[in-house]
Order: sequence, then C-alpha cells, then structure tokens
Amino acid sequence: MQNSLDPAASLLEVRGISKSFGAVHALQQVDFTLRAGEIHALLGENGAGKSTLIKVVTGVFPRDAGIVRISGEEIAPRSAKAALGAGIATVYQEVNLLPNLSVAQNLFLDRQPMRFGIVREREMRRRAKALLADFGLDIDVAAPLGNYSVAVQHVTAIARAVDLSARVLILDEPTASLDRHEVEILFGIMRQLAGRGIGIVFVSHFLDQVYEISDRITVLRNGRLVGERETASLPRLELIRMMLGRELAETTSERASVGEHTVRDVCASYEGYGKAGYVAPFNLELRHGEVVGLAGLLGSGRTETARLVFGAERADCGQARVEGAPVRLQSPRDGVRHGFGYCPEERKTDGIVAELTVRENIVLALQAKRGLHRPLSRREQDEIARRYVKMLDIRPADPERPVGLLSGGNQQKVLLARWLATSPRLLVLDEPTRGIDVGAHAEIIRLIRELCDDGLSLLVISSELDEIVTYSDRVVVLRDRAHVEELAGEAVDVGNILAVIAADGAVTAHEGRA
Amino acid sequence: MTALLPRRGLAQILALIVILAVDRVVSPQFFDLRLQDGRLFGSLIDVLNRGTPVALLSLGMVLVIATRGIDLSVGAVMAICGAIAASLADSHGLPVVLAAALGAGLVCGLWNGFLVAVLGMQPIVATLILMVAGRGIAQLITEGRIVTFSSPDLVWLGNGSVLGLPVPVVIALGMLILTGAVVRGSALGLLIEATGGNARASELAGVGTRAMILSVYVWCGVCAALAGVIAAADIMGADANNAGLWLELDAILAVVIGGTSLFGGRFSLVLAVFGALIIQTMNTGILLSGYPPEFNLLVKAVVVLAVLLLQSPKLSGVAGIAARLRRTKA
Repeated sequence: MQNSLDPAASLLEVRGISKSFGAVHALQQVDFTLRAGEIHALLGENGAGKSTLIKVVTGVFPRDAGIVRISGEEIAPRSAKAALGAGIATVYQEVNLLPNLSVAQNLFLDRQPMRFGIVREREMRRRAKALLADFGLDIDVAAPLGNYSVAVQHVTAIARAVDLSARVLILDEPTASLDRHEVEILFGIMRQLAGRGIGIVFVSHFLDQVYEISDRITVLRNGRLVGERETASLPRLELIRMMLGRELAETTSERASVGEHTVRDVCASYEGYGKAGYVAPFNLELRHGEVVGLAGLLGSGRTETARLVFGAERADCGQARVEGAPVRLQSPRDGVRHGFGYCPEERKTDGIVAELTVRENIVLALQAKRGLHRPLSRREQDEIARRYVKMLDIRPADPERPVGLLSGGNQQKVLLARWLATSPRLLVLDEPTRGIDVGAHAEIIRLIRELCDDGLSLLVISSELDEIVTYSDRVVVLRDRAHVEELAGEAVDVGNILAVIAADGAVTAHEGRA
Repeated sequence: MTALLPRRGLAQILALIVILAVDRVVSPQFFDLRLQDGRLFGSLIDVLNRGTPVALLSLGMVLVIATRGIDLSVGAVMAICGAIAASLADSHGLPVVLAAALGAGLVCGLWNGFLVAVLGMQPIVATLILMVAGRGIAQLITEGRIVTFSSPDLVWLGNGSVLGLPVPVVIALGMLILTGAVVRGSALGLLIEATGGNARASELAGVGTRAMILSVYVWCGVCAALAGVIAAADIMGADANNAGLWLELDAILAVVIGGTSLFGGRFSLVLAVFGALIIQTMNTGILLSGYPPEFNLLVKAVVVLAVLLLQSPKLSGVAGIAARLRRTKA
C-alpha cells in the first residue's frame, strides 16, 4: 500500500491450471488469485492439491495446462530458483536452509558481499543483523542456524526470501512446529509484510489460525477449486463443508442400503485404549459385518487410531479384546496373528514393495502369517494371485508385473488383495480412495460394501464425508486427537458429522501445538 | 523383445565368456585340464579353487545386501576364524576345530545383526566396528605370530580333492546348494526381498523384519568363518594380518556384479557366485598373461564398470544398448 500498489489489483493470477500424474488428476482447471498486501489461506484436506498447486506455480512440477501471471505478466518458471527470480518465494514446513552455516551465511548464501574475491564477513553480519532487526529479531547472526529454534529458522527463511525481492510469499504449513508464542511472532511478521504490499499464501490446517490471520480463503478438494471467500464472511461450518463434503441434499439420498440389519457379534473391542501424546483413550467396538467410519480433519487422530487398532503402534493404556478374549497388540505381527489387516494411507512408502511382483505383494502378508517354515508353493502363490487379480479386477491382469508399475488404484487393490488373502476378521483402511481415479474409486467403495456383507469387520478412514456416510453403519468423529462423538443409524449424515467437527471446542483446542 | 533372452544374468554370462576368451588368448593352455593322482589340474580348476573364499563370502553378503545392508567385517571375521582353526588344529579333532571356527563366525554375525537390527545402527558403521576390531582380535588369538599347523584333516580341507575336484570347490558348491535350499525352499527369500525392498511396508504386512535382518548377518558370519577356515587350511597357517584382507570389497563387488542392488530387494545367489568367478577369472588371467599384477586392479575396475553399465537400468540392460546402437546407426 505504501509502495503505490493498488491493493485490489491481483498480484498473482493462476488460471485454469491442470496437472495429472498418470491417470490421477491432481489439479483440474484450478484458478487462484492473490492480491497485493493480502494474506490468503489455501485450504484443503490431504490430497486436495495444495502442494501440487504450489509446486506447479513455482515450477517444481511442469504444468499440463493453464497460465500463471504475476502483476499481469505471464511467467513460466522451470524451477524454484526461476520462480524466485520472478518474485515468488516459498518457505516450506521443513526449512530448506543449511543448519551448519551461520544465520548470516544462510541469509546471504549465493550472494555474499565480496571484496577482492573474499567474503566480507563483518559487512555480511552487519547487513544480516539489520535485516533481521526489521523482523523484530535480535540474535547473534554469527551462530549456526541450527542452534536456533524452528521459529527463528522460519523467520530467517522468510527474511531471506523477502530480501531476494519476493513479491509473493508462499508459506507451507509454517506454524506446524511452532508454539503459540512463536506463532504470534510469525503472524506479526506476516501482517507487517502484507502491509508492505507483499502477497502471502498461507497453507495451514489450523482453522483457528486461518481465521485469525487470513483475509481470504481458497478451498481445494480433490484437485478442484471449491471456491474463494472472504474470511470474515465465511462461517466455520461452511468452510468445513467446503473442505469435506458436497452439498447436503446430494448426499442424503445415497445412504439407503445401510443400517437395516440385526445386531451382530463383536469382532474386536477397545476399552480406554490410547497412547499419551498420540490419541486420547477411546472406547471402540467393531462388529462383524459392520463398517465403522472415522471422520475428522487432518491431524485429528484418525490415522493414529487406525494404527493403534491394528497394532502398528503400541498403546500405553487400555485393553483390546478379539472375539471377547483379551489380547496384547505390540506389533503389526500381533495384529496379523489376530486376523487384522491394515491398508495404510501412504501406499508407496508403507504399503507396496514396488520392486516385487503383484503376486509377491499379494501373498506377502499371508506368508508372513504362516511363518518361514510353511512356504506357499509357487503353484499356491499363482493360484492366490490369479484369484484376486480376477476378483478385484486388477489391471493389467499380469501377476508377474512389478507392482510399482501399476496405477494407484490398482496398487490399492493389490494391497486389499494382500489382506483378503489372509482371511482377516478386521480390515482397517486408511483413505482407501485417495489419489485414485474415479472408476477405481467407485469400485473400491463397492468392494467395501461387499466385504462387509461377507461378515468382515471394517474400520475406514476417509476425508470424503459424502463417501464415508454411504458405507458406514456408524461414524466416529475425531477432533484434536480424541474421539468426541459416535454417530449411528439415522444420525450418520454429513450435516451431523460437520456439526461435530466444527463444534466450538475445536477453536480453542487447536491452539498451541499440533 | 527380451523374450528369447534370460531375464537376468545375461550380462554376467556374457562378461564371463568374454573374459574367458581373453584368458584363452593370453594363455593358450587356459582350457587344458589334466587328471593327476585322481585330481584335476588346470587353470580353470585354479579359478574355481582360488575363487572359493570370495564365492563363500558373496553367498552371505548377497543376503545382507538384499536387506539393504552391507557387511564390511567379513575379511576380519575370516582372520578371526582362521586363527581359531589354526590354533586348535593340532590339538583337537576336525569337528571341534570346525565347530569352534564356525561358532565364532556365528557370534560375529550375531554381533553385527544385533547392532543393525536391534540397535538400528547404519550397517556400514555397525560392521566397520568389527572390521577394525576383528583383526585385533585375530592377532590376539595368534599372539601376533603366524600360527602354522600340520593336522592332516585340516590340510585336506584346503588341499584335498573329492571326485577330482578340490575340496574348497566342493564345499562352496555345497554351501551354494544349502543356502539356495534354505532361502528359496522356505519363505525366507521372499521375506528378505520384501524387507530390503520396503522395510516399513513389510513390517506393516506382519513380516518380522528384525529377525530377517539378524539372520542374514548371522549367515554372513558363518560363510565368512568357512572362508577363513579354508584360507587357513590352504596355506597351512593363519596370518592374522593378511588373511581375508580386502576380501570384503571383492565380496561386495561380486554381489554387485551379480546384479543385486545395494538398495536391497531382489537378489540372486547364483549370480553372486558368478560375480565371484568373474573376478577370479580376471585375476588368474592377468597372472597368467605375465603382466605385472599391478594391472590387475585397473583391469578389474574396467571390467566391473563394463558389467555395471550392461546392467544399468538407464541403459535398460543389454537389449537397451543394442536398441540404442541400432538407433544411432539409423
């Protein structure tokens, strides 16, 4: 505003950006507008496309379609460095600076003040000190950056970016590892920079912080733009609805087939089960032939609950029972032994063994369960692989293909096959439809219903509320790493879930750390 | 397009054939074999016999590397176990000597496995400890001397023959078959490959990844012990300073030439042994050629580079190279 920029003028304009990874549309026709001097929150669940959008705009990923303009001028950066040259700086959650160099060296890396080919250390320190003073930071700039807190490192990264004449500053989850006081300092700096006419994109999943700092909010879901709103006129419930679900009217009709069966036997139960600093103790009953959904925002403790239930994480309190008998779940092996299966959210890092074939990936859990001494013969392996490739329609239908070469949806089916081959009693699915194209998406939801009809007990996590209500008999809603409510029968609908997630408690409890 | 060719091993087979052909050129008698006192002699037998220690080491090393680990201590373990065998040879029977030496190898393997699997140390650092300390331990056992022995049983292990073949070769073959039977006959092979390919995913699938990792280091230690005993039996003595010196590098090289990635996952026992043979064929050829042995290292480096290039996924194997050549010609 001070520097003659019209505050209403758009500084960064993104129009019709699309980006696909294989068959998966990570971004489809996304628009985004950042005005000078505004703090603009970019929101969405995991996989909504926030990071992809940032990476496409800053040239880390090439884009498939669309244009990016900065102050009306079209740019097409090929790398983060080129984007910086065009005036777009990005500071990631994991600060990309060198902790072993001094603060001053980090600030002036690549552009140290030189004289006769020698770095002018004192001059550099003086300038570094002055630069940081602008940000209200008075520290010893000669000390290694790694000696300082994450907050200071963030401010250093921001100072460096701004000093490199950035006009657009993208902050990706900057507050995730800061405490309340540090967040205040950071917000002060953000306001100051916005006052200078810099446009700031703020990516965060802390909604209270978004409401505190941002002027405008853009929401993405499944790679599409849901909408852009002014923060002040957007109620929290409406925001969460934008992030998680479609309009209520559309979804209620889909939930017809669920909920008309008799009470079934309990498959596994958890009493006062929890782990300090991970998930607050919870009670959970999982019955045969029933789907229980876990709903909540990112970081609310959904995945944590799933890992405790399966045995991937050890509980420090409470009692787990399988078919009524007390059990100890110390490791995934214990879970597998008791007939549990777990398809994790991160398919690539925690699920598939990319280099091994479809067949080997499918028989892996069954073989681990049988133990070393009872190897499945090659004929048995072939038989199992063929059966599941056919049953789940895995494509290409070649059991000898390395699983890493399959699409995301087919990899997900291979993981399902891996667990189905063990004839489990309980299957835990963490975001089973994430990053999967539409066709496979519907198929996996159909499979979930079928499995459940066969008497399997399912615990399913999904960020898609309209999806979760279509297959869940009961939905457990989580907030701030605690189970806050269980909805059953007629109460399972998107509106109720949203209301619980957005309940007032969330505002205060989200403060402080993640 | 690769349907007619074996999926794996083509590069290694080609390399061995080329090296054998070169050996035939530098030494016309290379393929000559003669039977004397019921035992075969000739350069080819020499290659097999001399290649035994590295072949044995590579059998253990390939499993360790398949779990995404590495064992730098095998040379030192050879020295320890050779020293133990030599010290006991003249006072105890062969079963006791073997049990003591192999037992020591097993303990060494357990130690490495404990550091890596239980304490979670990086394999290269964890096994470096024993690599350094092991030679010291071996010197303590031999009290700094070269311990010689004359026990005919142990000497036979290094110099005897069975069905015309040197005993070490028969032992190595036996170990290859035994390891293959254990690894591929049980589910161990699949679970090791899964652990090396993606330890986190395997763990979540219920694979006991720690047990896998521990067991491969133990087996590596046992293989190294056997190699150490054979090396000692061969020279009828134990030299704590030089036994197995730098052989860990040859073993790693053999595994890599055999197509097993240092990033773990898929492995092949047979091709690892093939790798050991390739190395030894080169060594023997250079000795026979009369060039100074200094050339050995250079030639080795060039051949290794060639084999690795042939396997490189960027060149997508032999077929890829052929396709590229054709394209550049066109």
